Amino acid sequence: MRTVILTLALLTLAGCSSAGWYVVDPTTTRGWNNLTFMLSGAYYTILLSVTAISISIVIGLLVALPGLSKNIWWRRFNRTYVEIVRAVPVLVLILYIYYGLPAMSDAITLSVFWSGVIALALSDSAFQAEIFRGGIQSIARGQYEAAQSISLNYRDTMRFVILPQAIRRILPALGNQLVYMLKMSSLVSVIGMQELTRKANELSVTEYRPLEIYTVLVLEYLVLILIVSYFVRRLERRLQASEV
Amino acid sequence: MTDQAAPVIEMRGVSKFFGDFQALKSVDLQVARGERVVVCGPSGSGKSTLIRCINRLEEHESGEIIVEGTTLSDDPASLDKIRGAVGMVFQQFNLFPHLTVRENLTLGPRRVLGLSEAEADARAMTYLERVRIPDQADKLPRQLSGGQQQRVAIARSLCMESRILLFDEPTSALDPEMIAEVLEVMTELATSGMTMIVVTHEMGFARKVADKMVFMDQGEVVEVGPPEQVFTAPKSKRFATFLNQILNH
Repeated sequence: MRTVILTLALLTLAGCSSAGWYVVDPTTTRGWNNLTFMLSGAYYTILLSVTAISISIVIGLLVALPGLSKNIWWRRFNRTYVEIVRAVPVLVLILYIYYGLPAMSDAITLSVFWSGVIALALSDSAFQAEIFRGGIQSIARGQYEAAQSISLNYRDTMRFVILPQAIRRILPALGNQLVYMLKMSSLVSVIGMQELTRKANELSVTEYRPLEIYTVLVLEYLVLILIVSYFVRRLERRLQASEV
Repeated sequence: MTDQAAPVIEMRGVSKFFGDFQALKSVDLQVARGERVVVCGPSGSGKSTLIRCINRLEEHESGEIIVEGTTLSDDPASLDKIRGAVGMVFQQFNLFPHLTVRENLTLGPRRVLGLSEAEADARAMTYLERVRIPDQADKLPRQLSGGQQQRVAIARSLCMESRILLFDEPTSALDPEMIAEVLEVMTELATSGMTMIVVTHEMGFARKVADKMVFMDQGEVVEVGPPEQVFTAPKSKRFATFLNQILNH
């Protein structure tokens, strides 16, 4: 917490060295309007990130499970997916999906929002797949054997025995990915998504006060991510109460 | 197949390899309904592997394993049938740590046997009483002592109404003062007519409970016989040496 306060103080100091704070001064009408304009981007930043991570967790799990199969072809599918998807930069994926895909066929039309969601979700899913694979692999073999000895099938074994334990273990990593996702969502600004970064860019162009505006932008992300971290930690603690 | 004398488990020429290492060398074994078999032998002798092959936690490479008339094979139906009949208790208990005792016991009956929550719950309580810890139903496994955890594990197998129970060194991970409470529950089970195969070093338990002793060494069944016979007059030198080591340590 002390480090956080120190960072905030430094940022404020950096800003104070300029005379341009009026553009975001909430006591003036103009500053207030600018601030609410910037803050309104949070809606899409959050919506985009949360939608994308929900999808990427599902894809990640669906890709992780074949990676644990005895069948080499399932494992190869897992490896191929992870290696290829992981190798594409997020920004490139966003451009590819938004500009590239519709050029393939007239049947494909994607909104800015869904292009962003798909690109972020795909990109993150490769990492999710590795996180889930690691988490599932960390569960002792005895748990599978106990499940087998009471005749549980594969689906029930995963659903009731393995995944609940694996998810507790990978929670810190999942929290990490959510934070990462919030930051990555700023890249969707390049195709015109009206999220935090895009709003700041637009304001910066009209007001011509990049230092102050981007300082506020940094703070916006910082506060958002601190809130997320807080809830992830709380969830961790709650689940730990029922951990081994 | 109501013939009481017909074996419920029959192993014929069962071999198992771990890479180049042969864990089981053409093992033959017959277990009759209600029979209590104690398997002993030095570590690495293949005794755990032997019982783990019966419910296919390990796959045998050659030979035949027939449980209640069903031949164990790659056919999932045969495996389901056999695992339905055979329960297992592990050295490390292998309880599900994130579930309460009650949930550990009801998971199988509800998901596999299709019991309702109330039915499964009633059954769980019946068997928890049988292993004498009904008051621990809503605790998590880690809140229990090792002996209590192992008794929960036994109750979990009983809840599946298995007709055959396999015990893989059930007391080896327990502190000495807790061994007795687990053996007591097992002795009680034995007198109830359950078919049991127990891998253990507890010779006192073997003497008291076993109908048949099986001594294994280096993947082979070296000696089989009723305990009074094999304890007093072991035929093989290997078994005699082993008994000496284990009884006079």
